[in-house]
Amino acid sequence: MAFLSTLFSQIINGLQSGSIYALVALGYSMVYGIIMLLNFAHGDIIMVGAYVVWLSMTSFGLHPLFSILLAVAVSTLLGVVIEKVAYAPLRSSPRLSLLITAIGISFLLENGFQLIFGAGAKVVPTLISGPTFQIGGASISTPALVTLGVTVVIMIGLTLLVQKTRLGRAMRAVSEDMGAAQLMGVNINTTISFTFALGSALAAVASALYLSSYAQASPTMGSMLGLKAFVAAVLGGIGSLPGAMLGGLVIGLAEALVSAAGLSVWKDGVVFAILIVVLLVRPSGLLGKPMKEKV
Amino acid sequence: MLKVEGINVYYGNIHAIKEISFEVNQGEIVTLIGANGAGKSTILNTISGLYHSKTGKIEFEGRSIGHLPPHKVLALGLAQVPEGRRIFARMSVEENLEMGGYTRPGGEIAASLEDVYQRFPRLSERRKQIAGTLSGGEQQMLAMGRALMAKPSLLMLDEPSMGLAPLLVEQIFEIIRELHAAGTTILLVEQNAQMALSVADRAYVLETGKIVMEGPAAELLEDDKVRSAYLGE
Ligand SMILES: Nc1ncnc2c1ncn2[C@@H]1O[C@H](COP(=O)(O)OP(=O)(O)OP(=O)(O)O)[C@@H](O)[C@H]1O
Ligand SMILES: [Mg+2]
Repeated sequence: MAFLSTLFSQIINGLQSGSIYALVALGYSMVYGIIMLLNFAHGDIIMVGAYVVWLSMTSFGLHPLFSILLAVAVSTLLGVVIEKVAYAPLRSSPRLSLLITAIGISFLLENGFQLIFGAGAKVVPTLISGPTFQIGGASISTPALVTLGVTVVIMIGLTLLVQKTRLGRAMRAVSEDMGAAQLMGVNINTTISFTFALGSALAAVASALYLSSYAQASPTMGSMLGLKAFVAAVLGGIGSLPGAMLGGLVIGLAEALVSAAGLSVWKDGVVFAILIVVLLVRPSGLLGKPMKEKV
Repeated sequence: MLKVEGINVYYGNIHAIKEISFEVNQGEIVTLIGANGAGKSTILNTISGLYHSKTGKIEFEGRSIGHLPPHKVLALGLAQVPEGRRIFARMSVEENLEMGGYTRPGGEIAASLEDVYQRFPRLSERRKQIAGTLSGGEQQMLAMGRALMAKPSLLMLDEPSMGLAPLLVEQIFEIIRELHAAGTTILLVEQNAQMALSVADRAYVLETGKIVMEGPAAELLEDDKVRSAYLGE
């Protein structure tokens, strides 16, 4: 019985961190789907969001909800600006230049924040408080419950947006064939900006959900989180949104189950083992379409 | 209606089209014929705003459009059915058509959809089908229907007969005649010179990026040089 309740608790933990990975993975996948860029600066948006929350709560005494909204706004803007300033001018350059630029932006953000705020971690005040619920010997904290709830709502909303709205249709069209979408009258600059805005907003939400359980912000926090979310996106099939959702949850659960088995030192290792296996066995991922070079 | 004057387009070092000038008058079917790689698609894509020429000018209904991005060109009433159809294979037939109407006010989409379904009953039967699973002929009809959703006054078609069986080619050209009869001006790019010249009013012959001949289509159809180079005689 003790084993079962540990297992259950770990599954909840897994779903909680998996939700966060999924939200971040969606940003990787959307951007890749549209401009074939592995946006390695995406993880650092999480970090920027975390600092905005920390700063607005500790220095300006903002209510947690408003600091989260501010973080979403700042991250969204940052994502759009990065695309406009750093990626848009390279739209007709080889994809490698774009990738290198993304890595450069990532370094810039991490080192910039380290320069401004120092390398040490900042403690973020409580964002979400509430009781811990007991279900048959296992426990679920309020932040965990909120994380799951928010993620489910976002996933439903995002799916509706992409499947049912005019803008969502334009995003799908651009990701299938950018030239043809342009001939249909889609303004690709707007569509690409919107994609970055959406991905960055989701990263900021993920950041707040992360802080609600691990109340620390540091300049490099985005790199490991981002990397795992990236693995989640690849596992699900990069470019596929349901894939990113599934991939995030699988990665979170895999980590939690490894911990439940008493092997928590292998937590990170198992994620990268998954990456290697996926790349060897099924590079298109669980729900991805078979790899096809775009022309 | 459309006037192109002295445009040049390069892909890196490749000078793809050289000092191209031609025009399309209201109500005409004009065809550009030429072999593989002559620069036909480049010309259409430059008119559509996917590429830009640093020299010369492109005018549509008296307005200079050479510097405009594709969505603005389309909004003026100049649509293209691209080479190879390029339908959105993962979307349904209806979603493809809705994409074609992307620049139109939302309230007019339903009526245009009905128009297209009336012209192409095959598409109507297959509204919910994923476009990638259509046959080649159906995909060409979808590509044409999609372009019509924008209600263009000038429709550019890039090799609509490519890869289709002779019977389907006849059908596609019949549709082109119908569209023309209904008031759409047409700029048709073809490798199938026989068909293109028989449907067109005027023609331009393109060789390695240059216009080498022009005139009434009926005359070019009788021309010995054209017959030996493009009609396989
Ligand atoms: N994206 C590109 N990059 C480099 N060169 C290109 C590109 N597109 C076309 N070209 C070259 O420009 C020239 C004109 O090509 P274009 O596609 O306009 O010819 P086309 O007449 O449409 O040929 P086809 O009948 O095969 O469609 C060709 O030599 C082609 O190889
Ligand atoms: Mg061509």
